[in-house]
Parts: sequence; structure tokens; C-alpha cells
Amino acid sequence: MQTHTFKPDLPPPLLSVGVLGWLRANLFSGWFNTLLTLLAAYLVWLIIPPLIQWAFIDANWIGTTRADCTGEGACWVFIQQRFGQFMYGFYPTELRWRVDLTLWMAVIGASPLFIPQMPRKALYGLAFLVVYPLLAYWLLHGGFFGLSTVSTTRWGGLMLTLVIASVGIAGALPLGILLALGRRSDMPAIRVICVTFIEFWRGVPLITVLFMSSVMLPLFLPEGMNFDKLMRALIGVILFQSAYVAEVVRGGLQAIPKGQYEAAAAMGLGYWRMMGLVILPQALKLVIPGIVNTFIALFKDTSLVIIIGLFDLLNSIKQATTDPVWLGMATEGYVFAALVFWIFCFGMSRYSMHLERKLETGHKR
Amino acid sequence: MQTPEHASRPSGSVWTDPKLRAWLFQILAVIAVVAIGWYLFDNTQTNLEKRGITSGFAFLDNSAGFGIAQHLIDYSESDTYGRVFFVGLLNTLLVSVIGIIGATILGFIIGVARLSPNWLIGKLATVYIETFRNIPPLLQIFFWYFAVMLSLPGPRQSLDIGQMFFLNSRGLYMPSPSVTDNFMPFFGAVVVALIGIVLLTRWSKARFEATGKYFPVSLGAVPLLVGLPALAVLLTGNPLQWTTPELSGFNFRGGWVMIPELMALTLALTIYTAAFIAETVRAGILSVSHGQTEAARSLGLPAGKTLRLVIIPQALRVIIPPLTSQYLNLAKNSSLAAGIGYPDMVSLFAGTVLNQTGQAIEVVAITMSVYLAISISISMLMNWYNKRIALIER
Repeated sequence: MQTHTFKPDLPPPLLSVGVLGWLRANLFSGWFNTLLTLLAAYLVWLIIPPLIQWAFIDANWIGTTRADCTGEGACWVFIQQRFGQFMYGFYPTELRWRVDLTLWMAVIGASPLFIPQMPRKALYGLAFLVVYPLLAYWLLHGGFFGLSTVSTTRWGGLMLTLVIASVGIAGALPLGILLALGRRSDMPAIRVICVTFIEFWRGVPLITVLFMSSVMLPLFLPEGMNFDKLMRALIGVILFQSAYVAEVVRGGLQAIPKGQYEAAAAMGLGYWRMMGLVILPQALKLVIPGIVNTFIALFKDTSLVIIIGLFDLLNSIKQATTDPVWLGMATEGYVFAALVFWIFCFGMSRYSMHLERKLETGHKR
Repeated sequence: MQTPEHASRPSGSVWTDPKLRAWLFQILAVIAVVAIGWYLFDNTQTNLEKRGITSGFAFLDNSAGFGIAQHLIDYSESDTYGRVFFVGLLNTLLVSVIGIIGATILGFIIGVARLSPNWLIGKLATVYIETFRNIPPLLQIFFWYFAVMLSLPGPRQSLDIGQMFFLNSRGLYMPSPSVTDNFMPFFGAVVVALIGIVLLTRWSKARFEATGKYFPVSLGAVPLLVGLPALAVLLTGNPLQWTTPELSGFNFRGGWVMIPELMALTLALTIYTAAFIAETVRAGILSVSHGQTEAARSLGLPAGKTLRLVIIPQALRVIIPPLTSQYLNLAKNSSLAAGIGYPDMVSLFAGTVLNQTGQAIEVVAITMSVYLAISISISMLMNWYNKRIALIER
């Protein structure tokens, strides 16, 4: 009996596997695709090598004055020399540890909230939200318990940007939730008030809101009741942002099925307990990514306070580039500012995507 | 919220009646709003009296007395604040329109590019989107203005493109057309061609529905649109006369100029908004399931028609609502012009005019209502369009 033996398989064609196969499938799958690839490669060639040349190879890293920048490329000495001002503004140099301490307290204090197994997280979070702002105000502004006062006119740089963004979102969140509840209310008068409020703030640019809070707020308030510039900007930012938060939260409220409301009502819960115990925990969980996105928008919008003369990160850099000693450093300054903003915003958007993935599973059937 | 209705309550006091409580609550809310409004109004009145500012819009008739770098309508220093308002409004609209057109084109290209099977193109589009949407628009405007535009060479060393366009630190100079006597026949030919195309499309559609025979409209439309105007030009001569900018002394004369502020503003807003529009477009295209493509192909539709008749109409339904909010954002972001001194609504009116007249309330109120009006008109226009293309469910 003769057994038939198969010949061994031929290896796949060289062009369809490995690096060559990948290249052919993804870059050169047809004449049009090849053309696109070549065009794109040319574009990359035009941009990337000169950029690296400018930012790294020809750049000047060491020195203290403008004269040390002899190369063709970027002058990072400028950023090094002015780094303190970009981070802290005009905050007194010997007191900058207070800003650092505030930031570290935020990082260390908030980190347990990101541990999934942490027991009594809600209680801890609530306590943190109450205690931390008071501590932060005491550390940054001072004026009692032995710390000297640093007036808000001396605040600036990245620190001011972070203060405006975090106070803005902390203030806008509760107000926004109330507005969203009001907009979904059965009572016509409440609904009209909330809709008008939300649509008004969403229809105007933040710049005009800041203009309004800086020139009109003093007119609106009785004589003697006066806020400083930062406080006025914060009020404007909070009112503006609350309208956007309200729309995000409304999306979450609408996603909760009617059965949840009916079940809560059948249990005998009143309006506030129904919302607080049944509806809002589910709705807010759904819209956490949306809220992070509004926070990113707010973070980018903080740069507008330049218009009313506050020295946030962008304004500190703009001022530094007009310094006669460092003229012609605009590109370096703005690239640095862009990098800082980019790191924050990109980081937050990645975190929001991560949350979206993490929270999605529970709702898919 | 969904408060259960109780037709008749067996027991309990009047205070727990949900209907009554709702009324009471609403009355209290209205009283509170009115009281706050009155409190602010009253304070304002007292403050204005103390500062000796007379409220009212009479200041709009006063002479402004300052020059404006860019005005689309005639303007001189002796004109009124009312005219300044229109100059600013037109400048704002100009930025918004250029930005919206540019961002839509760039955004659609990049959105499609991100879905490209070509790895390099897809990655480039991703890098573009992730870079530009995470940098504040004001910072991008500053970069283009202070780091790019103002460091361009002076007029004498302008970068020129074919001796027609000149780019220097004073802006982009380009040829401007002016109408000659031959314009009317040319214009008439274009109108006739357009009417012809509309009639042709109707006829072709009617014939297609009656007989099933397909007539490609472009076969007739292209000769009409090119031929008729070309004939008019041949018969009568050039309809437009182009004036190219020429260097005289220290600056260019003639032609149109795009001031550096406008260049920086439109560039930054276009690039920033395009990143968001690209994401919108990508989401829209991804939302059309692959089954739709397969179904269209199995009906015998060629690739181009599949895209045009099946994919794009369905993708547009998803794209239009977020696209509207991107347009609104762009129109509102055009107010960032105040940061670089482009004479728009905010920097002219809420800036210069407010400082000169001190009429804070009137000026800010006018500015805000302009933006509210722009926002409402854009969203009404897009809602109308959205309704037209929305899925009609039976």
C-alpha cells in the first residue's frame, strides 16, 4: 500500500507578510494610495527635520542672558530664566513654597479618590471638597493664623490658571446641576427661568462675560461692596460655565429611563430624595466624561482673562516676550505655553476617554 | 419631575399637596428673580447717578473721533459711534464667514483623512487633531500674530507668489477685480447658464422617474456653465479688470489687502475649529454601518454613487447638530480678536467705544445682543437644514 504524502506548504509570498506585507497593505495598496503616501512623506520631511533642528540640535540650553543664545535655533535660556514668573506670576519668591504646598496637598489629598478599592470614598471625597478649598485659600492668600497676606494682584502664571480653572469648575458644577434639574422641572415658571439663564450664557462669548463682570459688576452692587479683579473674573467664569455644565447634566438626566422615576416615587421618596438618591447618582455617572470635556474647555478658556488684565500663564509669557532684554523670543514663549496647555488638555482628554471605557460596560446589554 | 398625580388625597394637610406646593414654589421663585433684578437695577441707578452718567443710547449719534484699521463700509474719524458699531459688526461677520468656510473644508478633508486606509495619512490627521484642539485658541492667535505675522519681512522684501500676491508684515496683498462695461453681458450669460442647469436637472429627474433612463446632468451642465460665459467674453471682451498691488515708496498700493490681524485670526480659528469638525465628520461617517455600503453595492450602485446617495446623506444627519455648535463656537471665538486688536465687535465696541463714552451698560448690552442674535440665526439656519435632511419616519 502506498501512502500519499503531501508536499510541505509553500511559504506565503514575500510581499504579503512581514514588514513588506504591512507596507504594501497600508501604504502602497494602489497607485492613488502610493501617491498619497509619497505626498504625506514629503510633508513630514518638510516639517519634522527643521523642527527638530530648531528645537533641539541648534537650540541654546545653557546660559543666563540673551547673549548666551548664539545658535540659529531656539533660545530655551529665555524660558529657564523666566520659569519662576511663568509658574507663580508675581508671587513673592520667598513665599512660593506656599503655592507648592497647596499643589502637593491637592495631589496627595485627591489621590485616594482614584483608588477603586478605597472604602468610604464618597465621605472622604466630601470632606476633602469642604476642607481643601479653605486650606488652599489660607495658604495662597494668607492673612490669618500667622501667614502674611499675598494679595490676588500678585498671583499669576500657571498657578493663577489652575486656580481659575478649579474654582470655576467647583462653582459651576453645583449650579449647573441645579439648572439642569430646573430645566427638566414640571413647573413652567422654574423651567422658563432656567432655560433663559442657560441659553443666555451659552449664546454670548466668554470675553463679553468677562467684560461685563469687570465693568458692570461694580455698577450692579451697592457702594462699598467691592470685589477684586480675580473675584470678578471668577464670578463671570462660574456663571458662564454653569450653563454648559447644565446642558451636559441634562443629557444624563434624559438618559435615565422613566421607570427609575416611577420606582422612586412608588417607594414614597419626595422630589429631593428621589433626585439625590436615585436619579442624580446614575445621571452624573453617565456624564462624567462630558463634565471632564467641559473642564478641558474651561481650562483653555482661562487664557481669556488676559483681556481684563489678569496675569495667567499666557499673559505672563506675553509680557515676558515684550521685555526689551528678551525681544524676539515670541516663538519660544508661545511654543512653551502651547506645550504646557497641551500636556494638561491632552492628559485630561485621555483620562476622559479612559473613564468612558471604564463606565460604559455597566450599561451595555 | 414625574410627581404622581393624586386625584383625591385621603388624608394629610394642604401643605403636602404636590399641586399646591408646586404653585407656591413657582411664585416664590418668580418673586426671588424679580427681587434680585430690582435690587441690581436699583443699585445701578444709584451708582449711575453718583457717577453722573446719563443712561440711554443718545451717545450713538456722537462723533467717534478715532480711526479704524479695517472697514468694509466707508468710515472716517468724524463718523458716529453708530457707524463704528456697523464697522465692527461687519468685521466680526467677515471673520466668522471666512473661518466657517475654511474650517468646514479643512475639517472635512482631515476627518476623511483620519479614516483613510493609508496608515501615514491617518496618523498625520490624528496628530493634527490631537495637537490643535488641545491648545487654547487665543494662544494660537497670539502665535500666528506675534510669532509669525509680525516677524515677516517688510514691504520691500515681501514674499511674492507669481508677482500677484505679496506677503509681508503689513498683510497679504492681492489683486482686486473691478467691473468694466463688459460685465453685464457676462453676468447675464452666467445667469442664463444657471437657469439652464436647473431646467436640465428637472427634466432629467422627470425623465428618470418616468422611463428609468438616466441622463448625466454634468454632461450638459459643464458646457453650459463654461460655454455661455466664455462666449460672452469672446464677443464683448474682458468683464473684470484686475489691479495688481505695486510697491510704491514704503508700501504697496492698489489691490486688496488682508491685514495681519485678520490673517492671524482667520488662520488660527480655521485650524482650531477644523480639528473639532474633523472629529465630528469622522464620528458621522463611522455611524453609518457597513451593511449600508454592502446593500448599496448589491443593488448595483457604483462606488461613487454609494458614497453620494447612501453614505453621505446618512452621515450628514449625525454630523449636522454638532457641526452647528462648532459654527457657533467659531462665531463666538471670533471675539478673541480683542487680544490682538483686530477691529471686531468686541475690541471696537466693548473696548474703544466703552472707554471713550463710559456707557458700560448700553455698550455691553448691545455687544451681547449681537452675539445672541448671531448665535440664534446660525442655529435657526442649521436647524432648518437639519429638518430638511432628517430621517422622515412613517
